Amino acid sequence: MKGPKFARHERMAIVSGIAAIVLTVDVLQLWLLTATMNAYMGRDETVLLPAGIASVVCLLLNLGLLRYLYALDR
Amino acid sequence: MNGRDPERATVPPDGRPLAEQPRWRHDFPIHLPEDEYVSRRDLVKFSVLVSAAFVVGQFWILAQNAARRVTGRLPIREIAGAGALPVGDSLVFRYPGPHDICFLARMPDGRLTAYSQVCTHLSCAVIPDVPAGKIRCPCHDGLFDMSTGRPIAGPPQRPLPRIRIEQRGSRVFAADVEVSAI
Repeated sequence: MKGPKFARHERMAIVSGIAAIVLTVDVLQLWLLTATMNAYMGRDETVLLPAGIASVVCLLLNLGLLRYLYALDR
Repeated sequence: MNGRDPERATVPPDGRPLAEQPRWRHDFPIHLPEDEYVSRRDLVKFSVLVSAAFVVGQFWILAQNAARRVTGRLPIREIAGAGALPVGDSLVFRYPGPHDICFLARMPDGRLTAYSQVCTHLSCAVIPDVPAGKIRCPCHDGLFDMSTGRPIAGPPQRPLPRIRIEQRGSRVFAADVEVSAI
């Protein structure tokens, strides 16, 4: 059973929303990277692995949204 | 009267079929809604690529940390001329590598203390003021406490790395680098 077929202007709105979420997650990941680097330079090893895992989760979220975007065009 | 259906944005402006359009419309079609849709899609793809790059950066830091653990203890090196350093004075030396500039200071109570000379803010060379018990960074007016190495004013957030000193008679040796987050 196929999903709903969206009109072009509806797809445009969905793509814009996905772009906004992905960019927000990117900013979050940038903050994570700077915090991790700061911790590494201060020899604080406790945050390195949790920050890496959090970044992977953010990437998986972005990949899921990208997959939905590809599915939207089919 | 131009009630165009937005879904059919590829219809030429005069409404005639594409087969009746001049050749240049076939060669240089401009479909603005489609164009906008495709460019936003490309933005999302690029953003996901950036996200992947951030993850690579995170794991690169993890790998660097693991490598740092494996490296082991730093060598012990003598600091030339340190035995005769007068009270209230300081000297510069390199430890552990030739590019790691440090300074050794003789405090007013006679104790020797040594720190990395690289400011933890943006890596400027800090200047020890031994009589005042402070270490100053001239770039952004950062200030560190000489006895602990902790930042007490200005933008630096992390203490200066302390060089562990060993005294054997009149000879002074740099033995390790102690870095702390706070």
